[in-house]
Amino acid sequence: MDSLRSKIVPVSTILAGIVVLWYVFAVVLNAPFQRDLDRRAGETPTTMEFVVRTLAQKKPTLPAPHQVAQNFFENTFLRKVTSARSLVYHSWATLSSTLLGFTFGTILGIVIAVGIVHVTTLDKSLMPWIIASQTIPILAVAPMIIVVLAAVGITGLIPKALISTYLSFFPVAVGMVKGLRSPELMHLDLMHTYNASRAQIFWKLRVPASVPFLFASMKVAVAASLVGAIVGELPTGAVAGIGAKLLAGAYYSQTIDIWAALVAGSVVAALLVAAVGLASRIVERAMGGRPA
Amino acid sequence: MNQPASTKPATAETARQVVSAKNLGLTFQTNDGPVQALSNVDLTIGKGEFVSFIGPSGCGKTTLLRVIADLEKPTSGSISINGMSAEQAREARAYGYVFQAAALFPWRTIERNVALPLEVMGLPRAEQAQRIARTLDLVNLKGFEKKYPWQLSGGMQQRASIARALAFDADLLLMDEPFGALDEIVRDHLNEQLLDLWGRTSKTICFVTHSIPEAVYLSTRIVVMSPRPGRVTDVIESTLPRERPLDIRETPEFLAIAARVRDGLRAGHSYED
Amino acid sequence: MTARLKPSWQAALALLLVVIALVLGAMTQPEADAFASPAAGVAYPYLGTKSVILGLIGLAALGSMLRLRPLAEALVLFVGAHGAAWLLLAGIGGFEGTAKAPYYCALTAAWLLGWRCVAVLSSMRPAERWERLALNLVVPALFGAWLLILWEAVVRGAGIPFILLPPPSAIGARIVNSLPILGEDVRQTIFKAVLVGYVVGCAAGFVVAILADRFLFLRRGLIPIGNLVSALPIIGVAPIMVMWFGFDWQSKAAVVIIMTFFPMLVNTVAGLAASSHMERDLMRTYASSYWQTLFKLRLPAAGPFIFNALKINSTLALIGAIVAEFFGTPVVGMGFRISTEVGRMNIDMVWAEIAVAALAGSVFYGVVALLERAATFWHPSIRGG
Repeated sequence: MDSLRSKIVPVSTILAGIVVLWYVFAVVLNAPFQRDLDRRAGETPTTMEFVVRTLAQKKPTLPAPHQVAQNFFENTFLRKVTSARSLVYHSWATLSSTLLGFTFGTILGIVIAVGIVHVTTLDKSLMPWIIASQTIPILAVAPMIIVVLAAVGITGLIPKALISTYLSFFPVAVGMVKGLRSPELMHLDLMHTYNASRAQIFWKLRVPASVPFLFASMKVAVAASLVGAIVGELPTGAVAGIGAKLLAGAYYSQTIDIWAALVAGSVVAALLVAAVGLASRIVERAMGGRPA
Repeated sequence: MNQPASTKPATAETARQVVSAKNLGLTFQTNDGPVQALSNVDLTIGKGEFVSFIGPSGCGKTTLLRVIADLEKPTSGSISINGMSAEQAREARAYGYVFQAAALFPWRTIERNVALPLEVMGLPRAEQAQRIARTLDLVNLKGFEKKYPWQLSGGMQQRASIARALAFDADLLLMDEPFGALDEIVRDHLNEQLLDLWGRTSKTICFVTHSIPEAVYLSTRIVVMSPRPGRVTDVIESTLPRERPLDIRETPEFLAIAARVRDGLRAGHSYED
Repeated sequence: MTARLKPSWQAALALLLVVIALVLGAMTQPEADAFASPAAGVAYPYLGTKSVILGLIGLAALGSMLRLRPLAEALVLFVGAHGAAWLLLAGIGGFEGTAKAPYYCALTAAWLLGWRCVAVLSSMRPAERWERLALNLVVPALFGAWLLILWEAVVRGAGIPFILLPPPSAIGARIVNSLPILGEDVRQTIFKAVLVGYVVGCAAGFVVAILADRFLFLRRGLIPIGNLVSALPIIGVAPIMVMWFGFDWQSKAAVVIIMTFFPMLVNTVAGLAASSHMERDLMRTYASSYWQTLFKLRLPAAGPFIFNALKINSTLALIGAIVAEFFGTPVVGMGFRISTEVGRMNIDMVWAEIAVAALAGSVFYGVVALLERAATFWHPSIRGG
C-alpha cells in the first residue's frame, strides 16, 4: 500500500504535465489554421479569444483534451449502444473478436506447448519456427486473410478473430514451453524417485510450475489480440469496430473521432490486461502461491 | 558486560590507531519494529593488527564492518578511521573491502577487474598495469590475467577479489566472511596465503568469520560478539606467534584459545535458546 | 522377428497407404478417363512415374524398418520421402485440380516418411559440436520444407484458385520477377521509416531511462505509465501521424518512434536495477561517482535488458511501419504494396511482400541477436552456463 501511495503523486504529476503540454501543443499546432480562418473572416481577435478558438476547432490538427473527453463521453454514455456512432458499439465489435481469437489462440498455444514439451520431434522441428516467427511482422498478413476469406464468403467476426488467434498463439506457446520446462532438475528427479508416470509429472509438477508463465504470456497475448482485431478492421472498410472508426476518422479528417477511438481502444486494452491480471491473482491465490 | 578493547589513552598509541569506535550503536527500523544491530561498541584497532570478529548470525559483526566502511551510518556514538570520519576515509580510499562473494564483474577479465578501483581513482595506465601485475602476483594468480571470472574456480575468484582490494594499497583491509562459501580444503589454503600476505605487507586486517578455527588461526585479536542487541562480549588476545604453520592448529596453545572463544560465544548465548 | 525388424507406426501407415493407393487405382481424373477409354489416347500425369513413386515409398518404408544405423535409416527415409514428393509435384503441374484419393494417399505416405525421418534425426545425440549444430539446422529445415511441399501439393492437387492461395512455387517466381519493386519497397519502408524510427525511438527511450534513473520522482511517475502504454494498441496513432507528418516515410518513422520508445524505457530502467547490492556497495567503497558507477557497473549489467528491448523493438518497428502505410503512403512501400495488391487480388504479390518482410524481420532480429552475443558474452544465457 505504501508503494502505491508513493506512486500516486509522481504519476498524477506527470499525467498533469502531459495534459498541460497537450494544451500547449494544441494551441501551437492549431494556430496556423485558425490564423487563416480569422484572416479570411477579416477578424482580429485578442490573444485570449484566439487561444479559445484554437481549442474549439471542428477538425483540429491536435484536438484539446477536453474536446476528446467530451466526444468520448458523448459517444460512450449518451448514445444508444446500438447506434453506429456509439463507441460502446464499436468497442464491442472489436472486443468480441478479440476475446474469441484470444481464447482460441490461448488454447492452441497451450496444446502446441504441451506437444513440444513431450514430443522430441516437435521440439526439434517446430520450436525453431515458432521462435523465428516471433521475429517477423505477422501483422502484415492481416489484410490478406480478411480479403481472401471475404472472397470465399467468410466475413464478419471470424476473419478478425483468426488474426487475433494467430497473434496471441505465439506468445502463449513460447511462454508455456518455458513454463512447462521450468521445474528444477531436482524436482523432476524427486518425481522419478517416486516412479511417477509422465502424466503424473505433467499434472503434479509441470502444470503448477507453468501457471505464472501462462498468465505472463496471456497478458502479452491479449494485448496482441486487440491489436490484431483492430488492424483486421482496416483493409475491408469494415463498418464496425475501433479500427473502422480510426479509418473513417482518417478518411474524413475527423481528428476528434480518431482520438476518441484511440481512448476507447486504450480503455479496452486496459480492461483486458486488468482482467487477465485479476484472473492470475485469483488462480495464484487458489494455488496457495505467495502474493507477489 | 561490554569490555573496551583497549583503554590506553596514550597519544603515541592514538597515532597508531587505525580504527577507533566509541559507544557505537546502530538501530535499523524494520516492519517488525526497531532492531538493535549494534549497541555500545567500544573498539580500537592498532596498525598491523589482524582482528577477527566472530559470533552467531545477527550479532552485528558484518554490520560493524559495514559501519567501518561507511556502508552503514551509526545511529549513535562515533567512529574514526585513521583519525578521519568513516565517510572521509571512504572518500580517501583508506580501505579495501572483500565481500562474502567474489563480486567480480563478469564482463571484465581478471586484470580488468583488478583495474576497476584504479580506474575509478583515475590512476595513469602505466601505474595501473604495474599494480595489477604486482597484486595478481601477490595472490598467486599470475597467468590468469586474460581469463573471465566465470572461467575460474570459486577459490581463484575470491583470490582475484582480494587482489582487487589490495590493488590500491590501502593500509586497511576489511574482509566479510571472504571464505565462507568455499570448501574446507580451499579455505585452509587461502587462510595460509592470507597470513603470508599479511606478514609481507604489514596491513591492518579486520576479518569477519563464523569459524572458530579460522579466527584463532588468523588473528592477533579475536572479538567475540553476541546478538540481540549486537554487542561485543569478549576480546581475546592471541598468544600465538606471528609465524603460524597450518599444524599449529593441533597445539595445546591453539586449542586453549579456541576453547576460550567457544566459552565466550556460549556465554553470549546462555540466556536464550 | 522383432530382433530383425524395427517397425515404426509412420512407416507401417505409409505402407498401408501405398496399398490403398494401388487398390484405388487412378491417381488423377485424366488417368481414370484414359483407362475408361483406352483408345482416346488421353494424356495423363504419372504415366511412368506412378509405380516409381509408390515403389520408392514402399521400399523406403520397408528399408527403414531394418536394423540400420540411425543415420542410414534417416538417409533411406529422406531419399524415399523427398524423391516421391518431388515426382508427385513434378507430375501434377498442368493437371491442377484433377487429383483423386490415391494422390493424397501417396502424398500422406511420403509425408509420414518425412516425419519419421525428422523423428530419427531428432533422437540422434551426436558427440561432435558441429554435428549437433548441423542437426539443429537440418531438422527445422526439413519441417519447413514439408510445410511448403504439402502447401504446394494440396493447392495444385485440389486446384485451389491461385488468386486465393498461390502455391509456394508461384510466390517464388513472383519474388524473382518483382525484385526491383520489392527492392524499392524495402528501401522505402525499412531503410527509411524503420531504421530512422528505430534508432531515434530506442535512443530516446534510453536517454529518458537514464533521466528517470537519476530522478526518483520521474521514475516513480513514468514506469507505471510506461507499463500501461506497452499494453495499449499504440498502432492506432498511425492515422494521426500520417495527418501530421504527411504521406512519406517521416510519418511512419514517427509511429515507429512512439512504438519503440516505451519498451526501451521500461527495460532499461529495469536493467539499471539489475546490478546486485554487493556490486553497488563495492563501487561505494571506492567512493565512485554516480557516472562512474553507471558506466562501469550498472550499464554493463543492464546490457541483457537493453538488448531484450532492442530485440522486441526490431519486430515492433517493422509492424509499426507496415501498418502505418495502410493509412496512406506515396506509391511505394511494403505496407502500401500489401494493401493495394490485396485490393487488386494479386495475392501472389502480397505473399511475395510478406516473404520479404519475414526475411527482413529475421535478418534485423538476427543482427541484433549477434550484437547481443558480442556485447553480453559474459551473461549465463549466452555463455551457456
